[in-house]
Amino acid sequence: MSASPPPEPALEEAAPLGPAYGGLTDLPHNFATSRLEEAVKWSRARSCWPATFGLACCAIEMMATGGPHYDIARYGMEVFRASPRQADLMIVAGRVSQKMAPVLRQIYDQMMAPKWVISMGVCASSGGMFNNYAIVQGVDQVVPVDVYAPGCPPGPETLLHAILSLHSLIRSGELTRRRQGAAGAGAGVVVEQRDGQTATRMVVSPKRGRFGRG
Amino acid sequence: MSLQAPSAPGRVYARAGGPVLRLSESEAATAPPSAPERMIINMGPQHPSTHGVLRLLLELDGETVTRCKPIIGYLHTGMEKTGETLTYLQGPTNVTRMDYASPLFTELAFSMATETLLGLELPPRAVWIRMLMCELNRISSHLLFQATNGMDLGAVSMMLYGWREREEVLRLLEQITGLRMNHNYIRPGGVAADLPDGWRDDTLGLLEAIGDRLDEYDALLTGQPIWRERLQGVGVISATECLALGVTGPILRSTGYSWDLRRHMPYLDYDRLNFDVICGSYGDSFDRYAIRLNEIRESIRLVRQILAGLPAGDYRVQDKKVTPPPRGRIDESMEALIHHFKIFTEGFKVPAGEVYAAVESPRGELGCYMVSDGGPKPLRMHIRAPSFVNLQALPYMLEGRLVADAVAIISSVDPIMGEVDR
Amino acid sequence: MASPLPGGLAELGVAVSIDPGGGPVLHPDRAQLTEVAAALRDAGYDQCLDVCGVDYLGADSRPDLPDGVVPERFEAVVTLISHRQRGRVRLRVQVPAEDPRLPTLFDLFPGAENPEREVFDMFGIGFDGHPDMTRILMPEDWEGHPLRKDYAVGIVPVRFKAAGDAR
Ligand code: SF4
Repeated sequence: MSASPPPEPALEEAAPLGPAYGGLTDLPHNFATSRLEEAVKWSRARSCWPATFGLACCAIEMMATGGPHYDIARYGMEVFRASPRQADLMIVAGRVSQKMAPVLRQIYDQMMAPKWVISMGVCASSGGMFNNYAIVQGVDQVVPVDVYAPGCPPGPETLLHAILSLHSLIRSGELTRRRQGAAGAGAGVVVEQRDGQTATRMVVSPKRGRFGRG
Repeated sequence: MSLQAPSAPGRVYARAGGPVLRLSESEAATAPPSAPERMIINMGPQHPSTHGVLRLLLELDGETVTRCKPIIGYLHTGMEKTGETLTYLQGPTNVTRMDYASPLFTELAFSMATETLLGLELPPRAVWIRMLMCELNRISSHLLFQATNGMDLGAVSMMLYGWREREEVLRLLEQITGLRMNHNYIRPGGVAADLPDGWRDDTLGLLEAIGDRLDEYDALLTGQPIWRERLQGVGVISATECLALGVTGPILRSTGYSWDLRRHMPYLDYDRLNFDVICGSYGDSFDRYAIRLNEIRESIRLVRQILAGLPAGDYRVQDKKVTPPPRGRIDESMEALIHHFKIFTEGFKVPAGEVYAAVESPRGELGCYMVSDGGPKPLRMHIRAPSFVNLQALPYMLEGRLVADAVAIISSVDPIMGEVDR
Repeated sequence: MASPLPGGLAELGVAVSIDPGGGPVLHPDRAQLTEVAAALRDAGYDQCLDVCGVDYLGADSRPDLPDGVVPERFEAVVTLISHRQRGRVRLRVQVPAEDPRLPTLFDLFPGAENPEREVFDMFGIGFDGHPDMTRILMPEDWEGHPLRKDYAVGIVPVRFKAAGDAR
């Protein structure tokens, strides 16, 4: 013997859509016009997925940028893709050795166009303090670089600044015309160092012993 | 297990047929596997869970790892060569970039080697500041391990928590040294600057907060069945193997072998502090996780003692030969200006000789072998990096395990590639 | 001496010196190396911490070598530790430039495998009997041994160019 199930409420009743609900269905004009190019640039700038390409000390700062305090997810970029085929942005975080350079180029070639490169840290940008036999003196000899982030390591703030600069370049179309992928053909924008501008103060309160703005 | 003759059965460290796959990199693509059903796959150097640029060649039988070979060198930076072109005062800038998770330890080993050659006796405050900074750094390094270990095993919330707490420690380090990483704070002759105002309150608040957080980690992970399943009995290694392979640090201690340089061959003033050497009993990944978690607690204990006992005085030696004059004097006196200029351009001369100084870094014994020919630059500066040697244990831990365990095992070795490749 | 050397070693006739830190340093020659290392291992120095190379090309005097040790261009430095005696001991072996070869310590200390490969890579000192004498840090087809003194650091002059305004 079984009880018959209670009747399902009709979907329209359960979730009425309308302006009060916040939906767009009832708006009188729920479409917008744009040039296709604008729409494409807009969406490219806002879905820039980075590849995990951590090499050295800078990679630790790159991961810290993804951590809760600096929270790169605010820009829709927390999905660090392990596979280059799913990524648009390569953040070269750290020194590139002679042994790693071919690997780096191969990974760049595997990324789908359009793709962008940020050179993070002085080592990736110019060899930095390691002016010796082992280190490639600037990753722009291997792949085209769009934004250089200075610092050793560039703090999360500088990296975020570099990423946002790249976004605005993509958005404004300065980077839309694609280069041929040759080394040295990137946009080569240098951004300022922005470290220590947001959070040099301790945010842990001694009295409560808890984290919070104190 | 005591310090006397470990009794676990030894393994044959064979030239062929052991767990180490001895294939060169170019042969790997074409070499026939050792049995028809086996295959060789490549993992890395660009792989999300190889902690940077470690590359592994794995020989598999189905899903079981039979042999493997870690291939390193993808981050070789030539730091030992560059170190020969830098003066002793510039040296810490160079070596601090080796182990970027715990940079202060490499600076410390370098400085200790230089000071031994110079025959310097440090003022007590400098010694204690060094201990303070090293223990804080050990906390941040082990927090980093907790974060990456969680990430590798899929415990993403642990990753976020680990980063969050590490950020707090970094903020304190930034307050004291001026930088979040690569501090160049410990230098031959002492430390770069005295502790800033307000550091004591900040440190106390930090210790309290982190202590609470560790209990939360325990609640989140330690008793959790999935966590235990993934770590317990995975990557087992014995004390005999560790000794034979030169392995030190938490991996050696996870086998129950009590060996910590801070306790057993004390440097700085560690013999005046109370702390426990944390040991495991099974030598598996879970023990290594638990050891690192509890070492954070020991470090908190140590920092509290250091806070209580920090002596007053100079933070660097007052030896004209190695110490630049104070900033204020440079504006007043021509001699001070010249002196300052000479120390930073020419450097100071260090008596000829060779020496080895070692410290217990979060990864094991970190040594600096230094040869001086009497000039202002070392003739040879070599860092004995714990991760470099510890990686040799990887094939032995991986043998007979599933590929899925490989990630857990690599993570539990906690290699820092900057230090492996130098 | 910080840690007394085991008795059997005196009979091997190895020159001994003390380093500035007070640690013992032994100077066996190439033929003695395996024998001395084995004796030390039996005496409790059962972990090999490190093997590294030094190139003394151009060093005019070697005051830290005891009498009777003939200086050569290369030197291999082996660091052993005894946990029981809580002491380290260092072996410094002179290796001539014409014939840079040493017997391997792999059979005594399997942990010497990677450090010996590094010495080979960086200095070109070969280890007889080593199971895998290949380059470890540099690419396989690299030429030269970077840490030799006659190998240039490889400094390329920095070319400064106007970088434009930083954004
Ligand atoms: S720029 Fe500095 S922090 Fe970044 S990889 Fe180079 S040395 Fe490390």
